[in-house]
This record gives sequence, C-alpha cells and structure tokens, in this order.
Amino acid sequence: MNKLWIVMLHTYKMRIRTKAFLLTTIASLLLILGLTNMQSILSIFDGKEENKQVAVLDESGHFYEPLKQQVENTSDNIDLIQAGQNAQEAEERVLDGEYDGILVLGKNEKGLPEGVLKTAGVPEANWISNIENNLQQTKVMIATQQLGVDPAELTTLYEPVSFQKESLQEGAKTEEELNQARSIVYVLLFVIYFAVLFYGSMIATEVATEKSSRVMEILISSVSPVKQMFGKIFGIALLGLTQFFLIFLVGFLSLEYSPSPEKESTQPMTDFSSLIQIEQLPISTVVYAIIFFLLGFLLYATLLAMLGSLVNKVEEANQVITPVILIIVVAFMGAMSGLATPEAGFVAVMSYIPFFTPMIMFLRVGMLSIPVWEVLLGILILVVTIGIFAVIAAKVYRGGVLMYGNASSLKNFKKAIQLTKK
Amino acid sequence: MSLHFEKVTKKFGVFTAVDNVSFQIPDHQIFGLLGANGAGKTTTFRMVIGLLAPTAGRIMWDNKPLSQKDSHLIGYLPEERGLYPSLKVSDQLLYLGRLKGMKKAEILPQMKKWLERFKVPEFENKKVEELSKGNQQKIQFIAAVLHRPKILILDEPFSGLDPVNVEMLKEAVLELKKEGTTIVFSSHRMEHVEELCEHLCILHKGRPVVHGSLKEVKRSFGKKNVTVHAEFDLSYLKDIPGVLKYKLVTEGVHLQVENEEVSQKIFESITSKGFVRKFELEEPSLNDIFIEKVGASYE
Repeated sequence: MNKLWIVMLHTYKMRIRTKAFLLTTIASLLLILGLTNMQSILSIFDGKEENKQVAVLDESGHFYEPLKQQVENTSDNIDLIQAGQNAQEAEERVLDGEYDGILVLGKNEKGLPEGVLKTAGVPEANWISNIENNLQQTKVMIATQQLGVDPAELTTLYEPVSFQKESLQEGAKTEEELNQARSIVYVLLFVIYFAVLFYGSMIATEVATEKSSRVMEILISSVSPVKQMFGKIFGIALLGLTQFFLIFLVGFLSLEYSPSPEKESTQPMTDFSSLIQIEQLPISTVVYAIIFFLLGFLLYATLLAMLGSLVNKVEEANQVITPVILIIVVAFMGAMSGLATPEAGFVAVMSYIPFFTPMIMFLRVGMLSIPVWEVLLGILILVVTIGIFAVIAAKVYRGGVLMYGNASSLKNFKKAIQLTKK
Repeated sequence: MSLHFEKVTKKFGVFTAVDNVSFQIPDHQIFGLLGANGAGKTTTFRMVIGLLAPTAGRIMWDNKPLSQKDSHLIGYLPEERGLYPSLKVSDQLLYLGRLKGMKKAEILPQMKKWLERFKVPEFENKKVEELSKGNQQKIQFIAAVLHRPKILILDEPFSGLDPVNVEMLKEAVLELKKEGTTIVFSSHRMEHVEELCEHLCILHKGRPVVHGSLKEVKRSFGKKNVTVHAEFDLSYLKDIPGVLKYKLVTEGVHLQVENEEVSQKIFESITSKGFVRKFELEEPSLNDIFIEKVGASYE
C-alpha cells in the first residue's frame, strides 16, 4: 500500500472515532433536521396558541359591526367580543387574564372612529398593530362612504398595481430566484466557513499533537514528511466529506419524507424551510459548494499544517493559527455583505483573491449567472496558490517537525527552511 | 553489507554539527556512537534515516547511498519516547508496521512474539499512556524492530530503565545482532558500551576524536591505570615522571600512568620499600578515555 494512503486512512480512522467528530456531526444533523422540518415544528407551537380575546367597548354604538367584519376577513387569530358599557368590569377581566385587551371605540368630531387599546402588560405585539390596521381600514371605508364614493370604484382604487421586474441579460436570475439562491448560498457558505475553520484547525492540532508526543520522529523515519503532511490533509478532507455527505443525505431524506404540513405559500419569502426545497436546489450549486470546500480546505490546511509543525505544544498551536483564522473570518464577512449585493465591484475583486475565492466565488456563482471562464479563472488562481503554498509548507514542515524550542516567530520559519537545506 | 560513512559533514548555517566523519560498520556488529550532549549523535542518526541531507559526503549501505526509499531497512528508536499516547498498543504497532511496508497478517504474529518476549502480552489492548515509562520503552523498541530492519539505530535505549529491563533489552539487542542486524547505538553509559560494542566512535563537537574497535581504542590510548595497596607512604609516587594522575584512597593509591614502562618503574620502586599487598595494572576504562578525550578538548 502506498504510504500516503496509509497515513490518510489512519488519520481518517482515528478522527472519525473521536467524540468531537461524533458530537459535531450529531449537532449539525439535528440542525438540518430542524431546518428542514421548520414548518412542522412551528405549527406545533402555532397550534397551541389561542386566539386573542379582545373586548370591545363601543361608545359610539355603530363601529363594532364593521370592525368585526373587517377583522374576521383578515385575521383569524383575533376574536372580538362586545363587552357592554362597563369599562371598570372589563378592565378587571383583562387584569384577571380573561381578556387579552380592551378596545374602547369612540367617535371624533368628523364622525369617524377612534380607538384606545388597553392591555395588562406592555401594549406592544403583532395582534395589536393588526387591530390598528383593521381599524384604519374601517375608518377609510366609513370615510369614503361619507364622501359618497361608490364601493365598486373603491375597489379599483385599492387594487395593487401590476409591477414586474425582468433582466435583459440572458440567464439572469429573477428576483424570486435570487432570493431562493440567496438562502441556499447562505446556508452553504456557512457550511463552507464552518468546515474550513473546523477541519483546518483540526489539522494544526493534529500536527502539533504528533510533534509534542514525539511520535513524529518515528513517523519521519518511515515516511517522508511531505507524504505525511498530505496524507493527513487528505485524511481530514475525507472526514469533512463524510460529514458533508451525511448532512446532505439526512437533509434530502428529511425533505422527501417529512410529514410536511400543507405546503401553502402564504408567506413564501420569509419562511426559511420553504426556500430550501430540495427540488429547487440546483445540483450545480451543491457541486460548486463541494469543490470550493475542498479547495478552500486544501489552501488553509496546507497553511495550518505548516504552522502546526512549527510549534511544540498543542496549546501553542492556537496562537500561531490565529492570523489564518482571521483571514477566514474576513472572507466570511465579505461573503455575508456580498449576499445582499452580489454584483458589487468589491465582491468581484475579492472573488479572485485566493484566500477569499472559496467563499466569494462560490457566492457569485451561486447567486449570479457569471460566465464560466470567470469561475475557472478563480479556481485556477486558487489551485496555483495552493500549489505554491504546498511546496513552501512541505519545506517548512520537513524542518519544523525536527525543531524543538521556542516557537511562534518568523525566525523559526526561516530556521525550519534552513534545516531542509544541504 | 555494511554501513559506510564517507566524509560526512552536516552544517546548519555557520554551525557545523557533524564534521568530516568517516567510518564503516560491518554487519553482525554493534557500533557505539558516543559523545557528550550536543556532540552530533542525533544529527548523525537523522542523516542515516534520510531526514537530513548531509552537506558533504555520503552514507552508503551495501555500496549504495541510503535514501528515504530504504526506510524499511532501518529501525529507529529515538531518544525520547515517541508514541501516540491515546492509541492502543496494537493499533499503534499496526500503523507503524504498515508504514514500514508490512501487511497486517505479518505484523500481528511479530507483535505477539515480541510482547511475549518482553513478558507483557497483556499490553496489546492497553493505551500507551497507561503504561509506565519503562514499559513504553519496550513498546518503542518493538516498534523499531517489528519489520526486521537490517540497520537498527538505538538512541539511548537504556535510559530510564530498571536493571531487570536493561538486561531484557540487552539480550534482545544481542540476539538481533546474531541474526545479522547491524546495530548503531548511542549511550552515555560507558559500561553498556563496553559490554555490547565491538567498534566505537567518540564524537566531540561533531568531530570523531576516537575511532576503532574497542580493543584498539584501549590499546592506542596508551595510558594505564595502576592500583597500589601498601603499608608505607606512597605519596612520593606522584613525583615519578610519567605519572599523570594521583588519587589517594583508603588502602593505597590509584594512579594513571603514561605507559606500561612507567608502571614497571613504579613496581621496581615500591618492591624495594617494603610490603606491598596489591599491585595491579589495568586497561583504561572507556569512561577514562571518554572523559580524557572529550574533557581535554573542552579546555
């Protein structure tokens, strides 16, 4: 068996058994199950919520009926109850919790309705603004009737204008598609960010652990440091792919078989899970996600393996990898602000800088319809950079694993390279 | 088949760690590489493993330069314990054995054999961190010899071991030697070297200051030790020309003399003085040679 292969399988086998891997996998699977079943979960809570009971004290005597009509038409979570004229009794019932609030309806000098809403706690909630809106509608209705406008004409007045957005560019995404792409890209960006960070620092600790336990000396007598380094990197990449695979599998199965409640699309853009419908998930986006995860991981992993080889203790590893972690965070921040404005100039520029390419080029390719050559150019620059880093990292690694002493300085870096020379 | 150092030099920048070292180690032999701390022993070993490239010169095995491809020929026991602390002994040895090109089916019987031999078969399923330092050293030794290397490098193999375990390891080393393994061995403990090695080399600041077979080294050193136990005052002996060191002990004196002739003179001189209970002429110990060679060049 090839030694690279042996190191890779060993790293994979050792890591897949660890509690850290098990826990993060279970946690992310639960998260995926939660996201994909969001509707069912939300409906459990919704089901338990009772309608708001609002007592109405109609001082004017003729606004209650139109308001009740209006409320019944628009909001099914509010029950209006006519409560006679005894304000004090009604207020006590609110404080007892029997009613959620009292609405006192009055008439102003123009003969139009006005209202005062009283609740036990802070009068700030969705249903309250709902009532306000309804009262507003009622007022408009009454006012227009007073002005003598024909109700049929009124409908024309309030009918929403027809307004559609179209792009002249061929293949450009529509607003809806863009929103859909945005949420998919958002989730996948997060997965890439987290995976690169998690598996990248795993590499650094792995190398530092082998060095501090001095098992490195034995290993390097059997297998060249370069093979060892890449065996490790590939082993952990395989680990990451395993986790990816599980997440996608569980996500897919859960979407396919979950007892998804009535797929009514009353609020399509705000409800998260309705956006990640598997049938709408473009396969190319997933493929790009995997490619960019792998490339991003390779880039950062070679850097982190190199840094890990320069320290003596696992605790020191955290210090030296911090600058690299910061670059990953910057890339993620850039990607997050790019989500809102994927066509901005800075996004395009960042997508060609190798450190940012994995996330930002993915963002662009996921959300926009950019020419293939742009993506390939980004990938090419990234691959070349990985190659350069791999050569440097391999050199430093060779020397670094032999050095024991004070770490985390540029001096060490030079010393490590010097060690590999003749 | 022999391990051959040809004018090997290793420099780290301006610092010369190993300076123009040449020697040959025939197979079926144990070669002792001695030296104070920082003399260049570990650097020499690392060049044999192929981890460091010599700045000049070559290291040859069987008349071919050694390279990383020959790693299966070499077994290495480093000075510091180097094992995965939280890995089971069997997993550990399987991995290290595989890296040396062995198959699982070859490794398991070898591993069992060695664990039995060191009287620790129950360690197979234990984690290394649960074992004592001495027992970890046994596992480390097994890891070095599992794949039947042709060249075995033992860097301070006996440090931190109790006398029983030292004997056990020594026997194992001698047996491997009989089977034809070429063994290079470093130690600070001169009695171990005297007991095991046929040939040796003392490095000082990267330079070989003594080199040859144990007998040759002792003979060419020239100086001898003389012990005299007598009833009369021996202090005048220190003024005899050729007496290099003089040390008073309870029953008499220990002397170091330049050569055998000086001891002859001392003998003649004391026999005329009175009753001599003991007169002994000894070969110098390796310890003396080491201190003399390494200590002297410190000044």
